Amino acid sequence: MPIPLTTALGKVVRRAALARGGGSAFPGLFVERLDPSYVRRVLATLPRGVVVVSGTNGKTTTTKIVVDLLESQGLRVFTNRTGSNFVRGVAAALLGAVDLRGHLPADIAVLELDEAHAVHFVKEVAPRYSLLLNVMRDQLDRFGEIDHTARMLQSIARATTDAVVVNRDDPRLGAQAFAEGIVGPALRSYGTSIEVSARFPSDDNLYGGSEGAPHPAPAVYVDDTQLDSFEGDRAQISYAGGAHSARLMLTGVYNVLNATAAIALTRAVLGDDLREPQMLEALSKVRPAFGRGETLQIDGQTCAMVLVKNPAGFRLALSSYDPADTATMIAINDNYADGRDMSWLWDVDFGSLRAGGVTTVGGVRAYDMALRLQYDDVPVGGVTPDPERALEEFLGATTGQDKRIYCTYTAMLAIRKVLGTKGALDKVIA
Amino acid sequence: MSRPVRILQLYPRDMNIYGDWGNTLVLKQRLTWHGYDPQILDYNPGDAFPDDVDLIVGGGGQDSGQGVIVDDLQGLGPRLHSLAGNGVPMLVVCGLYQLFGHHFDTVDGRRLPGIGLLDVHTVGGTTRLIGNITTRHPDVGDLVGYENHSGKTYLGAGAQPLATVVQGAGNNGEDGTEGAQHHHVLGTYLHGSVLPKNPRLADLLLEQAVRNRYGEFAPGAIDDRYADQARRVAMTRPR
Ligand SMILES: [Zn+2]
Repeated sequence: MPIPLTTALGKVVRRAALARGGGSAFPGLFVERLDPSYVRRVLATLPRGVVVVSGTNGKTTTTKIVVDLLESQGLRVFTNRTGSNFVRGVAAALLGAVDLRGHLPADIAVLELDEAHAVHFVKEVAPRYSLLLNVMRDQLDRFGEIDHTARMLQSIARATTDAVVVNRDDPRLGAQAFAEGIVGPALRSYGTSIEVSARFPSDDNLYGGSEGAPHPAPAVYVDDTQLDSFEGDRAQISYAGGAHSARLMLTGVYNVLNATAAIALTRAVLGDDLREPQMLEALSKVRPAFGRGETLQIDGQTCAMVLVKNPAGFRLALSSYDPADTATMIAINDNYADGRDMSWLWDVDFGSLRAGGVTTVGGVRAYDMALRLQYDDVPVGGVTPDPERALEEFLGATTGQDKRIYCTYTAMLAIRKVLGTKGALDKVIA
Repeated sequence: MSRPVRILQLYPRDMNIYGDWGNTLVLKQRLTWHGYDPQILDYNPGDAFPDDVDLIVGGGGQDSGQGVIVDDLQGLGPRLHSLAGNGVPMLVVCGLYQLFGHHFDTVDGRRLPGIGLLDVHTVGGTTRLIGNITTRHPDVGDLVGYENHSGKTYLGAGAQPLATVVQGAGNNGEDGTEGAQHHHVLGTYLHGSVLPKNPRLADLLLEQAVRNRYGEFAPGAIDDRYADQARRVAMTRPR
């Protein structure tokens, strides 16, 4: 079916779905059924091809940074938004971006894809570049085990035509065997200096107890981008024999590593055409993605929302933020999108919260969380499963204090909604 | 007066799927709250097996983890049999539960030998038995947890189930049994982790360990209200 026809029909369906308040799932499904090769053919028109970003943690933030960095180079970038990181979501996002003739006004596409969806996607559309972030245990456990997840990322790399950028510090992605299985595209990597690596425990470090052990990379990568050091909001990132200092609005050690990943990818895409000052300037202006280390202003105090999805992410978040002088709330839901299994909370060490305690514990599984804190000797102020009441209690108990809320995905949505309706939210400041 | 109790973690490096640390932490903290001095020892493949172990815990693993430890475990078999015969309590969850049985026949046709400490065997399946689970234990009442396994475990004539399934799949999704018990060795598919939300099961293991060493167990008063509430909520959640 010709692109303009599918586009016209798809846009009608999309408009109808939007008018009824529906999401992007149906229009995406409609296009997929009507014209299975539509996504492939539209993306094939992009002069600089497709970038796939995949891995367990940090996809959304990293994709956002990559988009900003590529735009700083004058490229027009098409991207899929949060929550639609599957093939159908890409189709739906395309319908919103193409003109009536089905022409996509972009130079390059940057797509965040779940590992399992990416495997199918790359069979349809061979990415020119892929960025592989990490393989972590995830309580959603959609794939059974992480060795299997690593194999999925390898098949994404194999389907890539020009360059694959890999987190060399990840024990599975940085392994010799992983790299050896990728023939064809150039192999590039990013990672941290030995000094900084102690602040990035890998998944195996978390479980095996050898947290912070330095991890030398295999010597198979033709090009490295490295996070040398960071302190406060300043990071030093080096590549091609030079070190570069950047000031960041992003908070959290893992976001600084995501920024390093984004630089590595941008360098791979631009090659010698890279305009470095513009890239570093753009990097300093990147704001966190929705709910991922966002800072809000509530009644004159700052309130940081920190999304926690799995044990490695939660531990990194706890080690990223100093709990001193900040009131803490934790909200844990167990809806499908959060993962039903609470076991993961037992793989997170909450010892850093012992001194200050946790003012309020909320969410459907608030008592599971309170129980977890009890076993780490962390004092708990109150336990209130209902998110709205929990938030009210938290705000009431912490007037005049800065606040930080660790929350799972659906708990974050509930809390954001309450903040919006209460008018408690002055503004989003970072 | 110091009253040490030695807890051995079996294969913490290779067998540690979600939350297995939670079981060790609960045993450790409850011992402290009961007035004892817990000592945590790790045993990984190739290590010297320590003397003087009062309690053993082990967890789940990926296929690769099971592959790494399977030979080493064979070597430990006689030792573990004799400890079990002496009344040493053990808790093995998921992957190690399977290998404490006679054997595990995987979906790809391999047979992983177990140590036969529990009269069970496991057959790999293609569907995962996954979700919240509630079972009933004859002594401590309801046990709540989360199961996630593709292996189906069947009890032999010499095995006693740990509990009967109230809601969920259990050993195999067919016969209504969950876990297995022999002497004071408990095997189960319950994660959650299992011990935090089931403190009476934790105390059952601790009581046995302490009695073996000191002749009697004088429990302390522990506030289990969060555990009670968490259990209550867990039983109402969708699978
Ligand atoms: Zn399991």
